[in-house]
Amino acid sequence: MTDATLSSLKLRGDAFIAKRRRQLVVAAAVFAAVACLPLGIRDVYLQNVLILTLLYAAVSQSWNILGGYCGQISLGHALYFGIGAYAASVLYVNYDIVPWFGMVVGGVLSAILAVGLGFMTFRLKGHYFAIATLVIAEIGLVLVHNWDFVGGALGIQWPFGTDSIWTLQFARDKVPYFYFALGLLVVVWLVTYFIENSRWGFWWRAVKDDPEAAESLGVEVFRSKLAAAAVSAFFTAVGGGFYAAFVSYIDPESVMSFRFSLLFALPAVLGGIGTLWGAPLGAAILIPLTEITRSYLGGSGSGLDLIIYGALIMVVALAKPEGLLSLFTRKSGGKA
Amino acid sequence: MTAQALIQVLASGLLMGLIYALIAVGLSLIFGLMDVVNFAHGEFLMIAMYATFGLVLWTTLDPIVVAPLVVGLMFCVGAFVYVAVVRYAMRTKANAGMVQIFSTFGLAILIQGGAQYFFTPDYRSIKTSWLGGHTLELGGIFLPWPQIYGGLISIAAFAALSLISRTDFGKALEATREDQGAVALVGIDRNKVFAIGWGLGAALVGLAGTVLAIFYYIHPQVGATFGTIAYVTVALGGFGSVFGALVAGVIVGLVEAITALILPPTMKAVGIFALYLAVVFFRPSGLFGKL
Repeated sequence: MTDATLSSLKLRGDAFIAKRRRQLVVAAAVFAAVACLPLGIRDVYLQNVLILTLLYAAVSQSWNILGGYCGQISLGHALYFGIGAYAASVLYVNYDIVPWFGMVVGGVLSAILAVGLGFMTFRLKGHYFAIATLVIAEIGLVLVHNWDFVGGALGIQWPFGTDSIWTLQFARDKVPYFYFALGLLVVVWLVTYFIENSRWGFWWRAVKDDPEAAESLGVEVFRSKLAAAAVSAFFTAVGGGFYAAFVSYIDPESVMSFRFSLLFALPAVLGGIGTLWGAPLGAAILIPLTEITRSYLGGSGSGLDLIIYGALIMVVALAKPEGLLSLFTRKSGGKA
Repeated sequence: MTAQALIQVLASGLLMGLIYALIAVGLSLIFGLMDVVNFAHGEFLMIAMYATFGLVLWTTLDPIVVAPLVVGLMFCVGAFVYVAVVRYAMRTKANAGMVQIFSTFGLAILIQGGAQYFFTPDYRSIKTSWLGGHTLELGGIFLPWPQIYGGLISIAAFAALSLISRTDFGKALEATREDQGAVALVGIDRNKVFAIGWGLGAALVGLAGTVLAIFYYIHPQVGATFGTIAYVTVALGGFGSVFGALVAGVIVGLVEAITALILPPTMKAVGIFALYLAVVFFRPSGLFGKL
């Protein structure tokens, strides 16, 4: 190798490191700006919308780890969200165990389950995989419906208690939930950021692009998928546990229905899959829009909110297949 | 349980299974033709059910009489969806699979919203029809006439499909499926074939809709229930296989009927889903799938 190519390689390496640093700085600035939002927004309804936006951004980013980076399109992540919600609720309501711990328990259970299910489903390709995940989540939903220990169809009501950071119950003030949701998003974002540049990150993208070629180059395809599924399921479940604490009442339909599986995939798809900012950007557009149209147009069950929601998904999917994030990146640039 | 009761369950399951096969075959046909899964398939069924309901209300004719009209209408709906949506989804270079999934999902939600907007979320049903409420008794076994009619219609549709595959059009479909580029050289318009394929797929599920409208409740979410069963049926039979859809539909109907015997009624879907997972675990491309 000549000195010229070596130095050009070094230059490209330096540029890469500079880019990674810049991403961290941008992230710090964005998250700091978001953290200031509650200072200006005192309206409880809008605070609710913000909390949901941050939560779905975090969960969608978790989905993105498996769906975007590793290319395995799951239409059943509501299963893990539901497990998180139920683990936190059952442990808190029945055993007085704080939701902080319950969330982690739900996360670990989900990660284990994701690996177990992965042994069955990761042999499937394309649509067979997507439909298998959908079917598994539906089975989970039916089982929880018929499981009296977790409240069956009636669900679980969290008891009214005093506001406390330990029990994550804040009846009067929404702001603590806001910061928890933001914290979750920051954690998931950082996990994605570091994994993106690790061996797993490169393996995942190789698996997504061409599993056969990756296999032949020594990538452990099956293990890569299992690892992505475990990380993805863990954070999805933590999000579910937080959601249960936030809404204080869960039943099977309100945390595990197919609607949620779609809702976790959509922000990442709209924003740009397999990117650091796709899911947060998608959530920042999709969630306020759907929440606000639902409040103003959907209250009477007129269906107008669904029409707008459906049309939006279609238009973005067709007009910007790479996701909306591509609007912000330079022409040359693949991924931000 | 007596043998008679078991035969009763199996016979009902078989008839329902034939109807499931008819619901699913359009989905499988479209996939076989162009590798696209239409996630708005259940919503096509819902449109057909509402169309049947509306036409029956308006003309006071029987659902069986208006069926050809509904089927024709659904052919147009299917072709229109291809021309207006799917054609563009297929053109994208980036994330092609994901664009197809989510553009048809968006369409499904849009159609559901539209149904809610125009027809309200209320449950509707066709109160009186020639077949509705009548049963046939055969040696102590009771079979509802609407389901018998549905089963026969389904068999007729599959027979017609196997005939179509021998016509020139059937050969054009087959050729387009084999090599989309080469057919252009012999003067086959790919887009036209695809549009007709979508029309045919929608017409088939529309035919199933005219049957279901006789004995099932009609509401904006009705497509979701049958849609999930259709995906499982198609994946079980093997995407793209018409014969697979028929066999899988019957299996799904039978398994569902048997599950309902063993488990509480709220869990009747578990049997189908578990069977599906068991099958793809051993045969990742379904029973009759290529690959």
